[in-house]
Amino acid sequence: MTDVELKVRPIKNGTVIDHIAAGQALNVLKILEIHGTSDATVSVVMNVGSGKLEKKDIVKVENRELRETEVNRIALIAPAATINIIRNYKVVEKRKVDLPDEIIGVVRCQNPSCISNTSEPIKSRLVVTAKNPVLLRCIYCEQPLTERIVDYLI
Amino acid sequence: MREFSLEEIDSVLDLASSLEPFARGKKSQMLEGKILALLFFEPSTRTRMSFETAMKRLGGSTINLGSAEASSVAKGESLADTVRVIGGYADAIVIRHPKEGSARLASEFSPVPILNAGDGAGHHPTQTLLDLYTIKKESSLDDLNIALVGDLKYGRTVHSLAYALSLYGADINLVSPPTLRMPEAIKADLSSKGTKICETADLNEVIKTVDVLYMTRIQRERFPDPLEYQKVAKSYRLTPEFLAEAKEHLIIMHPLPRVDEIIPAVDSTSHARYFQQSFYGVPIRMALLKLLIGDEDD
Repeated sequence: MTDVELKVRPIKNGTVIDHIAAGQALNVLKILEIHGTSDATVSVVMNVGSGKLEKKDIVKVENRELRETEVNRIALIAPAATINIIRNYKVVEKRKVDLPDEIIGVVRCQNPSCISNTSEPIKSRLVVTAKNPVLLRCIYCEQPLTERIVDYLI
Repeated sequence: MREFSLEEIDSVLDLASSLEPFARGKKSQMLEGKILALLFFEPSTRTRMSFETAMKRLGGSTINLGSAEASSVAKGESLADTVRVIGGYADAIVIRHPKEGSARLASEFSPVPILNAGDGAGHHPTQTLLDLYTIKKESSLDDLNIALVGDLKYGRTVHSLAYALSLYGADINLVSPPTLRMPEAIKADLSSKGTKICETADLNEVIKTVDVLYMTRIQRERFPDPLEYQKVAKSYRLTPEFLAEAKEHLIIMHPLPRVDEIIPAVDSTSHARYFQQSFYGVPIRMALLKLLIGDEDD
């Protein structure tokens, strides 16, 4: 158990998302659809020292094991993140995030003239054309999205 | 256009060539009993009428949404619902819509094939196909040296055409005022495919060497200063005198409508092909309709 992790008490069951780029923890919560009204017990640690990254954020979600699809969306903003599934205080699974080929309903197309930004009954769909740095392309208007992806999270 | 392969484009161009006699009036019942729905949410003359002509000359018929203001669209109906309903009435739908990506959305909901007749600043693939057909018929798609001239920033036809020409290995000269240059992302994409691109603001630099001059309209509203517009418009105006230095077999194309960029005296030179080009919209659209809704044994 390192000093860093002791800043917040260990969780018994749930998921620890580690090595999030500093400042991105709240965006990770947004991607996981954890809002102020969610009843999940969530701990957020921001800007702690790390050997791997200069500073990092950590998110701990109790009593919820993240699904692979949820985990992989985190790669949009935190490509170095690691996911630890905790059962009875033990890490039973540890894995890296990996972006899926298509991002559906998570990121809005940045083109205001795109049909996906209207009231049509569809979810946004962006194809991942590169993973590092992340390059997305809207499946409808084909407009690329590479910078400020966070600004376009739904 | 980026999703089309060279083989797919060639097969459409070949089919269009075989259908050209019907576009010129030879009788056909190839699409008898078929109905094409025209959904134009934006004004169009050539595209809408050439689709109607293509359908009718092949023995089919058309139904028309009419103006969007007078239809269910004005009541707030979504495009998704509109195409689901109209797809029940027709065998295929042609759509022009102001929003980019609208044709793709329509294709997700429609029970019948969708033909994109222009989606905002996005694509206009049937225009690109008829442009390629014109070059093939009136010049050559092999070892082509072409100049795209005018508004290369906002003009959707030149973007799609440039992608398609890169498949044919054409050398592309981009001739535009500095403020209306082709977007960097498109140029980078073309260069990465091995396409040779030259960029200039001066039409004189290319006039002696190109096989095709593809002119586009420079819109007055792109220039805040009217004097600046006048200056630019004048420097991209084709006259018979200017064409004296051109190759003998140079052809001039334009998606039309033209304003001042080609003066009427050019129409009677051996270079003018823009009216021929607009006619070729009919066999190209015939080919697409036959591929999508024609009976296989015809």
